[in-house]
Amino acid sequence: MTPAAYRPVVLDESPEHEHGPSGLLKWITSTDHKVIGKSYMITSLVFFLLAGLMAMLIRAQLANPDSTLLSQHTYNEMFTMHGSLMIYLFVGPVAFGGLANYIVPLQIGAPDMAFPRLNALSYWLYLGGGSLMMTGFLTTGSAADFGWVAYAPLSNSINTPGAGPDLWIVALLLTGFSAIFTSVNLVSTIYYLRAPGMTMFRMPIFTWNMLVTGILILIAFPVFTSALVLLWCDRHLGTHIFEVSGGGVPVLWQDLFWFFGHPEVYILALPFFGIVTDVIAVFSRKPIFGYRGMVFATISIAALSTSVWAHHMFTTGVVLLPFFSLMSYLIAVPTGIKFFNWIGTMWRGSVKFDTPMLFAVGFLVTFLMGGVSGILLASPPIDFATHDTYFVVAHFHSVVMSLVMAAFAGFFYWYPKMTGRMLREGLGKATFWLMFVGTNVTFLPMYLVGLKGMPRRIAEYAATDGFTTLNRISSAGSVLLFFSVSIFLVNALVSWWKPIPAGDNPWDASSLEWATTSPPPQHNFLKIPPIRSQRPVWDHNHPEDRIIEREGPRLGALVASAGGGTVLLDEVGLVGADTIETRDPDR
Amino acid sequence: MKIESYVFLFVGFFFGLVGLVYWLLSYEDAGSTMLLGTFLLGSVPGFYYLWWSRRMSPRPADDPNASVEDGAGVVGAFPGSSIWPFVIGIGATFVALALVFGAWTLAVGLFLVVASLVGVIYESRRGGLV
Amino acid sequence: MGVPGVGKPRWIARFSLLSMLAVVLGGCSLPTFGAFRGATTQGQAEFKLWSWMTIAGLVVAVIVWGLILWAVIAYRRRDPDKMPRQFHSNLPVEIIYTTIPLIIVAFIFFYTVTTENKIDALAPNPAVTIKVTGFQWGWSFSYRNSAGKQIALVETAQRRPPVLAGNPTSPEYPQFVLPLGETTRIVLQSADVVHGFYIPAFNFSRYALPGVTNTFDFTPVHTGVFPGHCSQYCGLYHAEMLFSVRVVKPGAFQTWLNAESASGVVA
Repeated sequence: MTPAAYRPVVLDESPEHEHGPSGLLKWITSTDHKVIGKSYMITSLVFFLLAGLMAMLIRAQLANPDSTLLSQHTYNEMFTMHGSLMIYLFVGPVAFGGLANYIVPLQIGAPDMAFPRLNALSYWLYLGGGSLMMTGFLTTGSAADFGWVAYAPLSNSINTPGAGPDLWIVALLLTGFSAIFTSVNLVSTIYYLRAPGMTMFRMPIFTWNMLVTGILILIAFPVFTSALVLLWCDRHLGTHIFEVSGGGVPVLWQDLFWFFGHPEVYILALPFFGIVTDVIAVFSRKPIFGYRGMVFATISIAALSTSVWAHHMFTTGVVLLPFFSLMSYLIAVPTGIKFFNWIGTMWRGSVKFDTPMLFAVGFLVTFLMGGVSGILLASPPIDFATHDTYFVVAHFHSVVMSLVMAAFAGFFYWYPKMTGRMLREGLGKATFWLMFVGTNVTFLPMYLVGLKGMPRRIAEYAATDGFTTLNRISSAGSVLLFFSVSIFLVNALVSWWKPIPAGDNPWDASSLEWATTSPPPQHNFLKIPPIRSQRPVWDHNHPEDRIIEREGPRLGALVASAGGGTVLLDEVGLVGADTIETRDPDR
Repeated sequence: MKIESYVFLFVGFFFGLVGLVYWLLSYEDAGSTMLLGTFLLGSVPGFYYLWWSRRMSPRPADDPNASVEDGAGVVGAFPGSSIWPFVIGIGATFVALALVFGAWTLAVGLFLVVASLVGVIYESRRGGLV
Repeated sequence: MGVPGVGKPRWIARFSLLSMLAVVLGGCSLPTFGAFRGATTQGQAEFKLWSWMTIAGLVVAVIVWGLILWAVIAYRRRDPDKMPRQFHSNLPVEIIYTTIPLIIVAFIFFYTVTTENKIDALAPNPAVTIKVTGFQWGWSFSYRNSAGKQIALVETAQRRPPVLAGNPTSPEYPQFVLPLGETTRIVLQSADVVHGFYIPAFNFSRYALPGVTNTFDFTPVHTGVFPGHCSQYCGLYHAEMLFSVRVVKPGAFQTWLNAESASGVVA
């Protein structure tokens, strides 16, 4: 193969702009990671809005006892599609397809993703899959209504016949391949396209987390995609893999699903941990506290998260309780490290509360609530009492809403880079406060109503159950969330109509994406500053406050000869933690 | 390239260990198989990267003291635009539709996928829309 | 190089002390935090674990929230020109906040395992054995004698579609009866899809899993009527798969059982 017709990209030269197609054709044919990233973000935001409207319908239904606003059938469709859109088509894709796609090549000084056409294909598979899933609403039967987890044998062709559930399955096959392709792309990009001097331990934490997320996707999604194929075979080819009647094992679906499903939670979470880490450091005007500990914690969380899948199955009575309980508890340790590192980054800093930082702090506060309730749920006896109740719903919405806040931190933080325009601070702060208050008003009562015994996914409850007041508070809170997101949309429109130019580096940020123009040119960089630390742009702008790296004691070289696993203690974790020294001109 | 390989080797090491412990504690097939698969997913690329890292000359990206000029030269070939990913995407979606309705969409989908595979191969030889 | 300020502010220490004190002064009644105290011995064991773990969790959470709040307030940007000191690690502090969570995890894991062994323990000779079957959309409770033969049956009368009454204790839904203070063995199965056998007041749920028989014990310690739900989503009328359990004195239980046996529903 001779790529002679391509213009070779040389980073320190200024390439002439290539004039490809424009208009709609540009969006369809572009293989530029920035265009694809934006397509991903816009599409996933559309799914977010659709899923949010479904959530509003769910809350309207539950605002009254014995509610008949929605039929039971419609209600079941609503919560199934709400969960499916949010998990499969919004929170994940907006991070690894949208933000990461756009930001990671910029952060490591790469001209594009490693496989630009594969990247474009990922997007089209994602859009095709998402559209097919929504097409379920147009079929004569209904959209999928077996819950986002599709437990066998409820998901077989007898209990949920029709095209809607089938469309759900093939949609996730397409998005599954899309996710796998994207992660292959991300890992290759990070491994092979870093700029000179951008060593692994100089990458921003967001890029590190995307690398780990990519590996996690490679672990989890193939299992899910194959499970979906098996489910399809059960429905169409008459196999009995998940059917008791033919000698199959229904609980196998739960094993396969959660082997994907629990890592998926961290596939959703890790990118946003990365965003928050970088945002906190920038707005505190300090380097990340415990950088290597942070990387080590991310890798530990990812590894542990793949060995805890059956904690979703404690009440099946067929899993090894102590093993999964201990592994789940252990996740608290690296997560704790992350929390203290976030606090340590702010400690004695100069913390400025622009909108991204507000969202990042909102993330910390909300995620802590989700984390603590998560530790309770990791205890099998407590899970027996609360499994499949609103306590669990409250727990994971605390987590997911904190991630949504982190996503908004990312939007507000990188919007200037992507568009060259600022979002309005006032509207942004209104978005934050409505979302923060709305989240807590909506989801804190759910903990209590769950403890009172309200099961999840029920279309109605009786007035005598005693669930009414708490549900009404939740529904009221969801209205706040609705307004919060609406204001964000207004904000984007205002920035479109009356732009405020952003400049290249409006936040005085430190990573490489802020060295190029806003928005960046094709192939990203006209010139790259020298990379001598984790904060190349900061070093350039604040030479008197930069951190000089020196060669640390190579204790690792000794350990390295011991081989494989132990090497990591040095390379990733604790031994090398003080190989960097601070120059302190002030004191 | 060394740290890159350690990341994958850690995945292999961790899941080898966890998989073994899990199997000995539970004798449960499904989970142990998946953990074994994950062990392979970590260790195979991990050892491959390690093998490579010992044979290749150090890259500027691994050198903390590299200057930007060290990276001069062809980084890679990056197409500016291509219609074929879109066509493959449409084709794959039609194939997926056939899994639901089992209809003519399969022919359309397969045609689009095959045609665009041919197209993308020619494009990468000729330079295509770039 | 060090970060001397990283410690608990004093008021947080006071707060956690106060909350501990409140618990101790409350004597044997642990705070519920909105949960049921448990109407069975198994449920009470769960409740004790729940209460202590929630206290521990809240203490940790309040400390961390306090640190976040402190960092946010104390280190807000006052002087835009002043650059903070660029420190980025403190190995002793990092080791401390890695080790302490590990110790906490070890404790709660130990407590969890002992509690779950209590809850999952099966009595050698249960006084009553009930075979419970979940189906779309209802439950059947089949009382068995020691030979495994059915001696009484309570089940959902109207299945497809079920009654849309909404209240688990209303007479349209099945109500099974348990003797107070005696151990009842539940043998749980499913006739079709996955259901969740959930009695909130007992602090217990278990899947009715097709192809799997789950076995567990209840030893009620309070009389009364307690609502039950299907907790695992099982299709269209998941919300209506209700039932209730009535705990009565052993004498009254025997009377009820005899009457049920005589009424001829036994197949």
